[in-house]
Amino acid sequence: MAVSLDQIFILLRDWFVGFLPAALRPAAGVLLGVIAIVCVFPGLFALTTVFERKGLGRIQNRIGPNRVGPFGLFQPIADGIKSLTKEDVVPLSANAAVHFLAPLVLVVAVFMGFAVLPMGRNMVLVDMDAGLLFFFAMGAATELSVFMAGWSSRNKYSLLGAMRAVAQMISYEIVLLLSAVSVVMISGSLSLPKIVDAQNQYSHGLPHWYIFTPWGLAGFLMYAIAATAETNRSPFDLPEGESELVAGYHTEYSGFKFALFFLGEYLAMFSISGLGTTLFLGGWSAPFSFLTWVPSWIWFFGKMMLSIFVFIWMRGTLPRLRQDQLMNFAWKFVLPFTLLNLVVTALWRFMGEGWARWVVCTVILAAAYILTGWLEMRRKHIGPRSYRYAE
Amino acid sequence: MLGDGILKGMAETARNFFGSFVSAERLTTVEYPEERIPTVEAARVFPFLVYDGSDWEAGMRCVACQICEKECPPKCILIDKSKDKKPDYVGKPQFFPTRFDIDISVCMSCQICVEVCPFEAIKMDTEFELATDDRFGGLLQDRKQLAKSNEYYHSIHPTEAAEVDARLAKEKAKVEARAKAAAEAAAKAAAAAAAAKPVAATAPPAAAPDPAPPTPKPAAGGGS
Amino acid sequence: MNAVFYILAALTLAGGLATVLLKHLVHCALAVTVAFAGLALLFLQLDAQFAGFAQILVYIGAVAILIVFAILLTRGSELPKGGVFSSTWLVGLAIAAGVFAVLGWAVLQSVRAVPQQNAVPVVTVHDIGNALMGRYVLPLEIVALLLTAATIGAVIVAMHEKERQP
Repeated sequence: MAVSLDQIFILLRDWFVGFLPAALRPAAGVLLGVIAIVCVFPGLFALTTVFERKGLGRIQNRIGPNRVGPFGLFQPIADGIKSLTKEDVVPLSANAAVHFLAPLVLVVAVFMGFAVLPMGRNMVLVDMDAGLLFFFAMGAATELSVFMAGWSSRNKYSLLGAMRAVAQMISYEIVLLLSAVSVVMISGSLSLPKIVDAQNQYSHGLPHWYIFTPWGLAGFLMYAIAATAETNRSPFDLPEGESELVAGYHTEYSGFKFALFFLGEYLAMFSISGLGTTLFLGGWSAPFSFLTWVPSWIWFFGKMMLSIFVFIWMRGTLPRLRQDQLMNFAWKFVLPFTLLNLVVTALWRFMGEGWARWVVCTVILAAAYILTGWLEMRRKHIGPRSYRYAE
Repeated sequence: MLGDGILKGMAETARNFFGSFVSAERLTTVEYPEERIPTVEAARVFPFLVYDGSDWEAGMRCVACQICEKECPPKCILIDKSKDKKPDYVGKPQFFPTRFDIDISVCMSCQICVEVCPFEAIKMDTEFELATDDRFGGLLQDRKQLAKSNEYYHSIHPTEAAEVDARLAKEKAKVEARAKAAAEAAAKAAAAAAAAKPVAATAPPAAAPDPAPPTPKPAAGGGS
Repeated sequence: MNAVFYILAALTLAGGLATVLLKHLVHCALAVTVAFAGLALLFLQLDAQFAGFAQILVYIGAVAILIVFAILLTRGSELPKGGVFSSTWLVGLAIAAGVFAVLGWAVLQSVRAVPQQNAVPVVTVHDIGNALMGRYVLPLEIVALLLTAATIGAVIVAMHEKERQP
């Protein structure tokens, strides 16, 4: 019973596909998977917009939207109708072709990333050998769409926002890749289902998730910071900060194209959280060995939504980072720390089993963190402000 | 240590988030229009005319002196004075306004009309839910809409209304005392005149009804 | 040679032609991105997964962005006065044809040298990693050194310009 509930989507798909001749079955299976992804994730996006607004509201001592439907849960329907019925304003001097293509490229690239995420046992759309690399390749394509949006609007604020966004995304992409590389080093494979299988083991009831190792914890924190920066979320949302740059690179977009940008941003958040769950939090495996009867896809989506709530929590807590503070943080703290994490991971692997490697790795990482933290904080001369006036 | 500020901040926001479900201090939303917070006593929105008693036309304190019309900065008051007079709360016959219009789309709530009114006739209301889709007539309040009772004035501005009532009662008492003194002097004079003439038997009964006509009116006007 | 190959080849050629024939420079940069994508898909069609994804990651994710940044930070967004096509385009065409002929001859010679294999050699990422760390470690380190030198040079050039202005 538990097994069939776990595999229920696979069984449904096989049942549907069984009606077709054998030659068409693989293609039809993939097509059904695509339809499922295209229906489920935008639905989750709709739910997330409501939960974000209500969550932020509660953090800020107010209720979020609560007029449309019970507890405001039909708010995304109202938002969707609004964005569909708004006039699509394209500036006269804007580059029409590129202006039209930018949101499409974003959404297509982001949807492609979902193809390699293992959402449950046997539930990955395409099991590629280089799945992780494919995911990052699709992430790189999103930067191009941000630039296309900013440049084609013929608006200096959009262009500025797009340049800042691209600079930020490039800097943090390196961190993203390097923290994923430490996982690849330990699990020995670029294929995401194999990475989950490597974490799906239990000793004394506790799982072998990589976040429970010192290098995994450090890697997860770096990955989380880089993921927040990649998807332009607070505190790294300068490119789309309403008070700084109007709306950054999507200033000149209205109506459904803006909704597509919004969709693309949230879907990128989902796919990056999904990847983080797969790499560090054990993907679809249960936290304790006595909980494996709960279907695997519930664990995957639960962990993914937990990451989304942490994103929302961070957004409600932290002020926005300025562009130079953001870049400083990336190149002077996060990247060196990630490189050190890579070395520590290698040390972990080659020291073999035992308590020695735990102690050594933890000590190295903690010492590095405290040292760099002390160095960074020391250079801030926080005293009375001195003003320089023009002569 | 690096990062402890972030953790403290996140703890505070988590406290806010969970606290907003249990304690009212962490959820400050008032779901208008189902809930309303009571207005403070010193709130002011647009003016209204005070009347004493139950008949708004007869008890209206406004005597159409037109001072507020002249002093109003955006000139939103329009007054038409009557031709005849009616008695006010002390019984003295006064003019009254046959038309008293305030355009609340123009009124800027400066309260100058209240400050200059010598008769405590116009006061500030706290009613703000006056939105209407009638662009031209809906925001022009006439005499009947503006007239609100003294009880209503007490309910929205208790201390102010009590103070006004005390002042008016003192005024009335002074007027009555003067009237009584005048009546007594007149009665004494009449009695002296009647003692001189034995035909003055009809004079005291004629002098007696004199104080009577003013007293029923103030009694009705002063009955608050 | 199947239909997919012809479609991908057409896409790559279209991207390449658009790059040289379009007037606006940023349009050309986006067209070259399409050509890169076509190339990556060709790699994937040949089952070279690592090469294909690395092509997308590096070329589209970094090189194309570098090109557009370079166009924008210089004054490349204005159309040149004398038209985009040079007057000596015949000579250019002849040289390009010559280079293409040499490349084509080299490729055909190598194809004739290696007999057609029925089994496609399976090169996994594992094998590539082993080769990079084993047989080709010296070229890898030299390339890394080159990149470091380039980075340091870029930083110095940028810093020098900042110091010039008071």
